[in-house]
Amino acid sequence: MAVTEVQLDEHVEHAAHDDHEHHGNFVTNYIFSQDHKVIGKQFLIAGIFWAIIGGGLSIIFRLQLGFPDMNLEWLRPLLGGWITESGKIDTEFYLALVTMHGTIMVFFVLTAGLSGTFSNFLIPLQIGARDMASGFMNMLSFWFFMLSSVIMFISLFISTGPAAGGWTIYPPLSALPQAISGSGLGMTLWLVSMVFFIASQLLGGINYISTIINLRTKGMSFTKMPLTIWAFFLTAILGLLSFPVLVAAALLLVFDRSFGTSFYLSDIFIGGEALPNSGGSPILFQHLFWFLGHPEVYIIIMPALGITSEIISTNSRKPIFGYRAMIGSLMGIGILSFVVWAHHMFVTGMSPFLGSIFMILTLIIAVPSAIKSFNYITTLWQGNIRFTSAMLFSIGLVSLFISGGVTGIFLGNSALDIFLHDTYFVVAHFHLVMGSSAFFGMVAGIYHWYPKMFGRMMDEKLGYIHFWLTFIGVYLVFFPLHYIGIAGFPRRYYSFTNFDAFSDFADLNMFVSVAAICTFGAQFIFLFNFFYSMYRGKKASLNPWDSNTLEWTTPREPGHGNWPGEIPTVYRWPYDYSKPGSESDFIPQTVPYTNTPESNLPHEAEEAKNEKV
Amino acid sequence: MEMAMNKTKESSFRMHPQKFAMWLFIVTVVMLFAALTSAYVVKQSSGVWLDFDLPFMFDITTGIVIVSSVFMHMAYLSAKRNEVSKIRIYLLLTVLTGISFLVGQLIAWQELVQEGVFFVGNPAGSFVYVLSGVHGFHLLSGVVFLLIVAVAAFKYKVHSTSLVRIEMCATYWHFLGGLWLYLYLFLTLNH
Repeated sequence: MAVTEVQLDEHVEHAAHDDHEHHGNFVTNYIFSQDHKVIGKQFLIAGIFWAIIGGGLSIIFRLQLGFPDMNLEWLRPLLGGWITESGKIDTEFYLALVTMHGTIMVFFVLTAGLSGTFSNFLIPLQIGARDMASGFMNMLSFWFFMLSSVIMFISLFISTGPAAGGWTIYPPLSALPQAISGSGLGMTLWLVSMVFFIASQLLGGINYISTIINLRTKGMSFTKMPLTIWAFFLTAILGLLSFPVLVAAALLLVFDRSFGTSFYLSDIFIGGEALPNSGGSPILFQHLFWFLGHPEVYIIIMPALGITSEIISTNSRKPIFGYRAMIGSLMGIGILSFVVWAHHMFVTGMSPFLGSIFMILTLIIAVPSAIKSFNYITTLWQGNIRFTSAMLFSIGLVSLFISGGVTGIFLGNSALDIFLHDTYFVVAHFHLVMGSSAFFGMVAGIYHWYPKMFGRMMDEKLGYIHFWLTFIGVYLVFFPLHYIGIAGFPRRYYSFTNFDAFSDFADLNMFVSVAAICTFGAQFIFLFNFFYSMYRGKKASLNPWDSNTLEWTTPREPGHGNWPGEIPTVYRWPYDYSKPGSESDFIPQTVPYTNTPESNLPHEAEEAKNEKV
Repeated sequence: MEMAMNKTKESSFRMHPQKFAMWLFIVTVVMLFAALTSAYVVKQSSGVWLDFDLPFMFDITTGIVIVSSVFMHMAYLSAKRNEVSKIRIYLLLTVLTGISFLVGQLIAWQELVQEGVFFVGNPAGSFVYVLSGVHGFHLLSGVVFLLIVAVAAFKYKVHSTSLVRIEMCATYWHFLGGLWLYLYLFLTLNH
């Protein structure tokens, strides 16, 4: 165990001036904390809270879709006036439900809950930094998010209902308060909430990037960074470049709504009366929105892919296959994500020539995505696999990413998209490839880093049950939606049974709804496990997964500043698992090459000569 | 914050983290205006467009913003040379030109109104208000930043060994000046 010896020496020497424990009060330690670990956990708890609400909303509208004749009178205590006299969900409230489900899941759970949690928690720990570049900005980032959350939450309870124009808030529906009751105060609150949300994301993103670039520990070159950090880094860059564009789109929408300008509005008649607006175009909003919106889906999936890379490599006891290809494909996905936005707009009447260009660019994304999938599989291949809960969820992510990605190739074709646009096929596609995949990545990350977050282990048996119920459940929910979509049923419609053509699918919809309720129920196993283990879980060892990365060199519950002594120096990449010649099946990043002459490759032996330990 | 600073001393350090963060912030502002100006181009290429003359005042404010940048640079140079009284004078002159730029923009809006181009109406006119307004809002934040640095200068806290703040302020101010030049050229050429 040469590792510990080396570190112990360093600790003794430097402990005197580096070990500054901060003793704040409850408020500065747990509420307005500037410590990245606390902020990460705050994001996690907020994300879980939103996930329950977002999931709960989907159960309500699945009840309507699966059981159109059901009497929902029993929901009246919760929904009040949104249940009509006849015991049905109000039709406009149905639109509000799908809008809020989308908004909450995309922004509050899978952007803030996923990126916010793991970027904050892992970046300083894995690159060897004491904290983020600016702890204050980091705190501000969380509290802007909290403010935005509170506003969005309040909008759920106002009498005119929350925003109901779809999570993409296309004008003119969203721009005209008289169009639908949700476009009144609900939409205003949505926009205000998103302003704070964007501010939070930008503050966070600026911090992640400057931390990764400026505060890496000695020896942590870019080519020695864990893939998680690469993913968070590129995600932050995407956010930085795309969220300001949403600001621009939202700003013009606010002017249209509140000041009467005509950026998105032209020649509109309401109740037989012409509105004064002229010269605008709703397509303009779609361009601006999707210029953010498309990178946004990669902002969601890339952190999950990074987390998966780390977990699959660790638990396969094998180096990640194609480390550089993994980075390259992340970069490829990142760059391409900015030039494909119009594939969301194939039916807006764009020139077919332009459509073909966006189609080709879109299909090219299949290449880096396939590289990632193949690399996950080849990392697993002949590995000494340890099926931890985190590993199961990571493998689940790979499965969902592939089966959801394949339908992306269908939808990327402009000719096919004209038929499939805005049907349940699209819903099935993005719920698998983006929604479920990212959710699996997030859950995998929680299972994997729980010991570092709370110093205890989560229960593995409950983890297995949670995984199998969720994995089977997700497929049962979303696979049938492909058929419904190909049959032509449009998304966001209140009822399947109003048209004879779709009555045939009533049984399938009932099946989907039952599966959705079971899958949602299974998440409470996870919730129980999460909170129970926090207090009663088995105490974690320092490195429970025998992992190489730096966070496992910290104490069981790292204090303020992460390492009690000097920050460890990094000598090698993070994926030296089962290295030929080495006795142990993992060599942490802090072990110098000079200590492992038996396993060094020729170029590493060369490097060992220049190493100063 | 303190900790982050301590840390930088012992690691491979490339750029001051706060300055770096400032540049990243500038990137977000660039993206915001890239979005707005491309929206302008897209809108102009399709649909009803209104032709009108840009206010003459924009020519004057463009001049003011250049002068302001020069003052800012003089303030920075004085800080480097430890000429305390000059730092203050040049900083105050920068603030003054900054405020007169903002006033100039307001007068330009009045010119537009007299011309019959209103915020509410054809997007061609609305865009001019939005572009200059959003820029003005950022410039206002720049003035606040300048005032903070000016107060520090009066407390003898800006000098050759404490340049970070004034450097960041100068970067932001020059950027905002440059941004206006871009908007001015953009509006003049795409008319």
